Amino acid sequence: MKEQSPLRTVLELTVNNHPGVMSHVVGLFSRRAFNLEGILVLPVGDGAISRIWLLVNEDERLPQMIKQVEKLEDVRNVRRHAADHNAFVRLEEFFNTN
Amino acid sequence: MSQNQNKTKPELLTGAEIAVRLLERQGIRTIAGILGSANLPLYDALSYSKQIHHVLTRHEQGAGFIAQGMARASGQPAVCFATSGPGTTNLLTAIADAKLDSIPVVAITGQVSRNMIGTDAFQEVDTYGMTIPITKHNYLVNSAADLLHILPQAFRIATSGRPGPVLIDIPKDVQLEEVEVTAWPEPGCPDAPPSIDPMLVEAAARMMAEAKRPILYLGGGVIHSGAADVVRQLAEKAGLPTVTTLLALGALPFDHPLWLGMLGMHGAPCANKAMDESDLLIVVGARFDDRATGKLAEFCPQAKVIHIDIDPAELNKLRASHVAIGGDVGAVLQALLPRIEAQARPDWLARIRQLKEDWPLRLPGSEDPCTHYGLVKAVAECLDENAILATDVGQHQMWAAQAYPHRKPRRWLTSGGLGTMGFGLPTALGAALAEPENTVVCFSGDGSLLMNIQELVTAAQENANVKVVLMNNSALGLVHQQQTQFYGARHFASLFSQNPDFVALALACGVRAVNLDSASDPRAALREAIATRGPCLIHCSIDVQELVCPIVPPGAANREMIGV
Repeated sequence: MKEQSPLRTVLELTVNNHPGVMSHVVGLFSRRAFNLEGILVLPVGDGAISRIWLLVNEDERLPQMIKQVEKLEDVRNVRRHAADHNAFVRLEEFFNTN
Repeated sequence: MSQNQNKTKPELLTGAEIAVRLLERQGIRTIAGILGSANLPLYDALSYSKQIHHVLTRHEQGAGFIAQGMARASGQPAVCFATSGPGTTNLLTAIADAKLDSIPVVAITGQVSRNMIGTDAFQEVDTYGMTIPITKHNYLVNSAADLLHILPQAFRIATSGRPGPVLIDIPKDVQLEEVEVTAWPEPGCPDAPPSIDPMLVEAAARMMAEAKRPILYLGGGVIHSGAADVVRQLAEKAGLPTVTTLLALGALPFDHPLWLGMLGMHGAPCANKAMDESDLLIVVGARFDDRATGKLAEFCPQAKVIHIDIDPAELNKLRASHVAIGGDVGAVLQALLPRIEAQARPDWLARIRQLKEDWPLRLPGSEDPCTHYGLVKAVAECLDENAILATDVGQHQMWAAQAYPHRKPRRWLTSGGLGTMGFGLPTALGAALAEPENTVVCFSGDGSLLMNIQELVTAAQENANVKVVLMNNSALGLVHQQQTQFYGARHFASLFSQNPDFVALALACGVRAVNLDSASDPRAALREAIATRGPCLIHCSIDVQELVCPIVPPGAANREMIGV
């Protein structure tokens, strides 16, 4: 991650895998004008559940955001990781400006 | 999961039949709604139900608020139906209102067939997408078999923890799809409340013992939890002066010596003053709404906070608490009760008595039944303590909140969070359908009433025992008042230059009507109108210059009330 970027946090969500889940999760952020810097989703195991990785800026609203995410019916679990979590690190080669 | 426990002779049923059967098993007896192309299979199945009475409304928003009225009065989840597209968009306001006030409503909407979703088909809207932010949870049903777990789940979610609305969107072809049902699921019921941390209860008890000037601050969660009895025991044992929010009116009887009144923007001055002096707030099922707290940074500046709420996201959301207890508020207070010492608090309660004397809520004109406060008082004299009061939104709502003698929980139905004009009449109708032997009064204004006036016809059709008390000032009174007080008295767009003849309008809808303006004995006319069964509109003109007083100016601290 670039040095000048703001402090970041990585959230790891375990969710039921169906077509509406992403809308439920991202809607919570978008309607609070809270930008998601990165989103990564893939099914886990037999596909009944998915894992969503979210890259967000550190923000005083983050604890409230996490509580709201935890309230979603289709979210089974939320974990907050430090900024140095490597979920997004090796993806950078797909996102260079050239 | 207890699914598939109730084995049955295999039956080939359509999705619509399954839905109706599940609603019957859920104990639903009344459904309000309007039919259309995309929910006709549901209605066809409903026509065979011997258990469920369908109430055909004149607008889907009316159906949504009828469901709310049933749910608010009974505490049980209630159901409304709407078709796809405009049927559903008409329902949205009532659903959003249920979300903000935590009311368990299950809305079932028709959707275009699956193969047409996303094609801009006739009467297609993205119901699922539109209702995500205004429901507790929502579903787009993908097969008839899925209904067997979705419907019970919807009722479980609507009633568990902090209640709220759930929407189930069922495509027409799913309603028509036949599946063999070999077992019925158990009806959905609320999850067991979360366990309570005894250490936190102990800490709360210690803080209460050490506090010199505690205040008990009750919100709508007390009503939802059915905690009024334990609240009263706690208040009396610990000597706690008590304030309530708009939604918690009735949680403690109005004449209880510990009750200070409603807090906040149009609350009792003594309630706001006492809170300003308090050193400990015990916040129960309340969420620090801005209309209650005024300028948050200056709300109860000296007070530590114990916050008890079933929704963990409410704890520390707006005001940091010293002890935050997640759990059913009734259960938490039950756990707290044996751990607190009985306290007389002579100094603090003497101070409270002084504040009540020095800073009472004044209700001028209470003796005249044709003034705003007098009308509320006169109506109250015609009712017993079980009668239900619904309101619309505006000045009449605040006057009724202030002047009505609230005695019991679930007898005061008002739109708090969303503040929806048009709420009153259909919500009152829902309450009357839930308690047909009872009397339901709806205080309304001429602005609010016209927003769902069409449901007068529904009231006549159902012969519901609803009395609409219309305070008519030919204005959008509360905004007119704000223009008077905060916009240099520039009354733009808040006065109605044209208003219908409401008495004639009610009669045209098949509803009796009484005009107190021309009654020789308004009290007698009122008493007779309320005592006679069936719907009735009671009209009374109110001076547009009357204000809701006192008022905390928007953005000011509660101690800066004016018009005291």
